[in-house]
Amino acid sequence: MTSAWTWYVVALTVLNLLGCIWLLRGNTRRGPNDPKPDETGHVWDGDLTEYNKPLPRWWINLFYITIVFAVGYLVWYGVGSLKGYGHWSSKSEWAIESAAEDARLDDTLKLYAGKPIDELAKDAAAVSIGRAIFINRCAACHGSSGHGAVGYPDLTDDIWHWGGTPHRILETIQEGRQAVMPAWATTLTAQGGPTAVDDTIAYVLSLSRPGQPADAVERGGKLFAGICSACHGPQGKGNQVVGAPDLTDSYWLYGSSQASLHHTLNEGRQGVMPAWKPVLGDTRTRLVGAYVWTLSPHKEPPPVGAVVAE
Amino acid sequence: MVGVEGSYNDKVVRQFAVMTVVWGVVGMLVGVIIAAQLYWPGLDFDLPWLSYGRLRPLHTNAVIFAFGGSALFATSLYTVQRTCHVRLLSDKLAAFVFWGWQLVIVAAAITLPLGITQGKEYAELEWPIDILITIVWVAYAVLFFGTIAKRKVKHIYVANWFYGAYIITIALLHVVNNLAIPAGWWKSYSVYSGSVDAMVQWWYGHNAVGFFLTTAFLGMMYYFVPKQAGRPIYSYRLSIVHFWALIAVYMWAGPHHLQYTALPDWAQSLGMVFSLVLLAPSWGGAINGILTLSGVWYKLRTDPILKFLIVSLSFYMMSTFEGPMMSIKTVNSLSHYTDWTIGHVHSGAIGWVAMISIGSIYAMLPRLLGLQKMYSTRLIDTHFWMHTIGLVVYIASMWIAGVTQGLMWRATDPENGTLVYSFVEALNATKPYYLFRLGGGLIVLAGMLVMGWNVFKTFRLAGASTAPQAVLPPDVADARA
Repeated sequence: MTSAWTWYVVALTVLNLLGCIWLLRGNTRRGPNDPKPDETGHVWDGDLTEYNKPLPRWWINLFYITIVFAVGYLVWYGVGSLKGYGHWSSKSEWAIESAAEDARLDDTLKLYAGKPIDELAKDAAAVSIGRAIFINRCAACHGSSGHGAVGYPDLTDDIWHWGGTPHRILETIQEGRQAVMPAWATTLTAQGGPTAVDDTIAYVLSLSRPGQPADAVERGGKLFAGICSACHGPQGKGNQVVGAPDLTDSYWLYGSSQASLHHTLNEGRQGVMPAWKPVLGDTRTRLVGAYVWTLSPHKEPPPVGAVVAE
Repeated sequence: MVGVEGSYNDKVVRQFAVMTVVWGVVGMLVGVIIAAQLYWPGLDFDLPWLSYGRLRPLHTNAVIFAFGGSALFATSLYTVQRTCHVRLLSDKLAAFVFWGWQLVIVAAAITLPLGITQGKEYAELEWPIDILITIVWVAYAVLFFGTIAKRKVKHIYVANWFYGAYIITIALLHVVNNLAIPAGWWKSYSVYSGSVDAMVQWWYGHNAVGFFLTTAFLGMMYYFVPKQAGRPIYSYRLSIVHFWALIAVYMWAGPHHLQYTALPDWAQSLGMVFSLVLLAPSWGGAINGILTLSGVWYKLRTDPILKFLIVSLSFYMMSTFEGPMMSIKTVNSLSHYTDWTIGHVHSGAIGWVAMISIGSIYAMLPRLLGLQKMYSTRLIDTHFWMHTIGLVVYIASMWIAGVTQGLMWRATDPENGTLVYSFVEALNATKPYYLFRLGGGLIVLAGMLVMGWNVFKTFRLAGASTAPQAVLPPDVADARA
């Protein structure tokens, strides 16, 4: 801000405050020719009149106090490019406060530095901090209770698309994940004709829901073996190294309706888990991981035939 | 019979008075609907034009510009004639202002639910409607100041200073904030960008509160309080000081809507200190109104209209104390973005603006229709209590909800400095108060329906034969040559 603008603002401010003082002083005392307090001079609309009573003293004082405060405050905090006597700025206040908070946080966090998440999960204090971070950072997508939503994985079950070992979960949180399901419809149709997409869907559904039309399942199975099995595995059990979901269980990240499955094959899917280490630092991601670890029962082993990431 | 020029133009006043009640009911009904949606989100029935984001600006525009605006048009055009002892400048212009303003309201009621908006709070309407508003407003200014110019008394009555300041300032604010480049009939881009846009918007936004919702309604107060109380105004010199101080200081207060944002620190500081300086000028008007009752306080026992007027001034004092306090940065860091702000706005809107308007309409209608009093004074009293109780329930629940939100959002674990609550936990904690708020709003709305009935019966009582009222000749000593 140039000094010309600064002095323009200062001049307007001073002028306005001086105007208030002039107005107050000019009307506090009754002049020699002013009407007396109980005199009602003019009449409007038959019966509307005005007394000329003095201004209440406490009100005048209140007005002066606010003006004095205003001047003091502006001198202390500054106007325009003029720094105040308090050398305050919102940036410096933020820097001081966040330095103090960071120091306090460091004290808290050093207890947990470098520990694996399954070990931290046994420490109630660590889990409690992890929960606080989760509900303010992760809950926006995964939900306050970690149950997820369409496109955002449920963290309370035993299903881990990118691997459920302590090491893999921490890696997911710290480095993020980029899941890509390509749009296969064109390729499928080129190989299997106009019914290819429906056939593939029938086959994939048959892996968890018997009773799909047999001929479609048979045609779809061939297409699956040629294209999809590269990531999802020959039996559709998935591959945690590339984040390809197990298609034989009852969990569907994007839903299992015909419309949703058609969308998946026609448009593909891009799932993104952001990398949190640059935002939260190493220890806090571990604490979140500890909380996430407590959400899952860890009862079922990964399905036989799946590519499991350790 | 008196000649046209020898009588007041009360037709436009009657029209605006009726529409005050109609738009009051409509605006508050939309408020009740969106309050219900906050408790039962499914009430938008997945219809875009019933969604909260579109109905909320409809509610604010309806209560401020349709209900409040109609009340201001009615009372200002009534007051300016009575206190200038002259008929309005032009009947045609008066009719144009009435129908033009109704057209603006109908256009708002159609475009806002369709999602057509500039996205500026209290300035949502798109550019073609903005131009219509400007034309109607200029016509209103010509009508008002033209009437003042041909007045028969030497001195301009204090109520007209306030109405005059409001008319000039709203024109300025409206035009500057709505400068935009049209991109088709129903889309435009503001000429401002970034924090300049935000500053212009809240310079407008706060002065809409300051000049539309405060200064203008003080004009209403300066006519109807002494009239209804039958007492002289407490102090002429107090009205001079607080009038000039109010209009000079209000202009600065806008930045307090942008504390702790990208706005430069010094602008935030100025917004805060001038909001505090505003306390005394704001209270000046309330003091002048309340002390006008000196010697006739007993009238409050029997006159519910006076109760409306005086309680409105109490809420005015409370809101204009609360406002400066909330502009203090430390307080603002707790209150901003919470329902406390909603509570503050409604103690001003339902407490001050609505109560002074309702009281003034009740005071004006019988005089306008040549009657001694309204159809039912008991129903006015019933309305008073419904309105007051609904209002108190509303603002108390929003205070509790707001402070709860502010404290939960900032709560940190003293052991380790991490945040304690998630957003949804604060939402859950405040949900019960949304139900209380809905209840309070319903009671206020029901009170407006009581008023509608009372006004309807009063018009029936007066019949169609309301004779034009002769212009009262001014006092000889005050007459203008």
